[in-house]
Amino acid sequence: MSDTNELLMVKGVVKRFGGFTALDGVDLNLKAGERLGLIGPNGSGKSTLVNCICGTLFNDEGSVKFEGHEISREPAHKRIRRGLARSFQLPKPFSSMSVAENLCVPILYAANARPGAHHATPAQAYEQAMEILKKVGLAHKGHEMSGGLTQVDMRKLELARAIAAKPKLLISDEAMAGLSNSEVDEILELLFLMKEQGIAVIMIEHIMRAVMRFSERVAVLVAGRKIADGDPEAVMRNPEVERAYLGE
Amino acid sequence: MHKKMSNKLFIPLVLGVAVLFALLSVAVPNDYFFSAAYTVLLFIILSTAWNILGGYTGYVNFGTAAFFAMGAYSTVVLYKLTPGMPLLLKIVIGTVVAGLVGLGTGALTLRLRGVFFSIATLALSVVVFTFVVNWDYVGGARGAYVIAPRDVPFGFKRYIHFLYVVMVFLSATAVIIARAIETSTIGRGLEAIRDDELAAECCGVPTLRLKLLSTTLSGALMGMAGTTYPYFVSYVEPASTFNLSYAVNSIAMPLIGGMTTWVGPLLGAVLLGTVQQVVQVTISSAWNLLIVGVLLVLFVTLAPEGLMGLWYGWRKKWKEKGGAK
Repeated sequence: MSDTNELLMVKGVVKRFGGFTALDGVDLNLKAGERLGLIGPNGSGKSTLVNCICGTLFNDEGSVKFEGHEISREPAHKRIRRGLARSFQLPKPFSSMSVAENLCVPILYAANARPGAHHATPAQAYEQAMEILKKVGLAHKGHEMSGGLTQVDMRKLELARAIAAKPKLLISDEAMAGLSNSEVDEILELLFLMKEQGIAVIMIEHIMRAVMRFSERVAVLVAGRKIADGDPEAVMRNPEVERAYLGE
Repeated sequence: MHKKMSNKLFIPLVLGVAVLFALLSVAVPNDYFFSAAYTVLLFIILSTAWNILGGYTGYVNFGTAAFFAMGAYSTVVLYKLTPGMPLLLKIVIGTVVAGLVGLGTGALTLRLRGVFFSIATLALSVVVFTFVVNWDYVGGARGAYVIAPRDVPFGFKRYIHFLYVVMVFLSATAVIIARAIETSTIGRGLEAIRDDELAAECCGVPTLRLKLLSTTLSGALMGMAGTTYPYFVSYVEPASTFNLSYAVNSIAMPLIGGMTTWVGPLLGAVLLGTVQQVVQVTISSAWNLLIVGVLLVLFVTLAPEGLMGLWYGWRKKWKEKGGAK
């Protein structure tokens, strides 16, 4: 397969924190529009990998390519302008802004900052924000302050803010942790919405029901190494994966 | 979203108000009014400048005096070099110098967050103070005289009238710049940095560049406020130029007025500045910082979002009441 088909190419990424190696030569590829589930026990390096892909951390070794461009030394704000968006595990709303104003930030700074993009005024950005909120079912809370949202709405805001950047790849970092069953379904619906728009998604999740329903492919990280990558059913039957999750 | 006045309307409005205030220089016979007004205007510029970094961006600067003194001493140097240089040119140069120092300070300290940044700005103040005290050319610890020219420009009766009018327009400039930032995309980016810097960066906000812009502008405006000061006091010495009251007031005024909009620092400076002037005449200048301190404690505990915060709160309640009927 030629490189040009790949949206994201992570190769041999190593990240150390002092003497501890959090990522030990991880490879990961993703095609445009693909849906990947990334799983692994706590502390296996999932979030560190996300941080290295999105630019909130710099990898020590290896390369990260997005649409063929080496991006591993670019700051995070440049990467999201390329179309690489993420949501945070612990929601980080801009709490002094309303819900709609939260979305204006990526609209003005990411979606509009791309070469050739149409530059919207703050007022136009606000309208676009309300459009996106309608899609994710938060339109009625557009004027509310984001600090006062419920947990599930906070997660939706995280995702909506990522969508507002008009990404090609969205990395959802445990957007469902701690939510009830029906709330998990609401978030899943949102992620399926991405698929309709042709956005590739990497879903990091512990809730296996959601992972199996959503993913076309599943990759497993254990102790900073990728031990399996492929068809979800096949990966689940992999004895190494079973051992990592259930012990010997 | 509230419909906001466009800058095309706001700028002529502010300039109009400035012209009205400038006309007072002809109308008011009492010279004391001008020296009191000069001080209040000085604080309008300082608190508006402080608020660009402290209020919009969320970085608390304790080093106001350093930037202010940078503007003042740049005028002292220019006065010594070419006494005849027009004041306007001195203002521009002093503003640029302070802005460059702001940029340098930002580049050195903005990797620090929260209280560590504040401590670094405090240190900057001490460094600049020590430098000035040991710089003989500008008078060192002795100070230096800066005498206003005998011929007052533009046909003003007295030099203080001229200074007052200059300060009115400098204040208007500061307010216009602050509001232009606030209503622009840059303002939205600064606000995002204040709320959550990491999330801002991940939303595409070039955080480092915007923070540098913020320190540069804030420093430049503080310096601008200082450029006319030597002519106001005619004798410049480090102890009063680096006075604690500049740092304290430029923090207290936005805090009391409200830090999220341009109105807050303006309101805070007018109220607190006027109170201080009145107290200075009626009681004693020794009370000034005490009053600021007490007000600061009251507002931080009772109304942390300042007068503007109280106002928005009341308006919201009023509207809800109206809606329920």
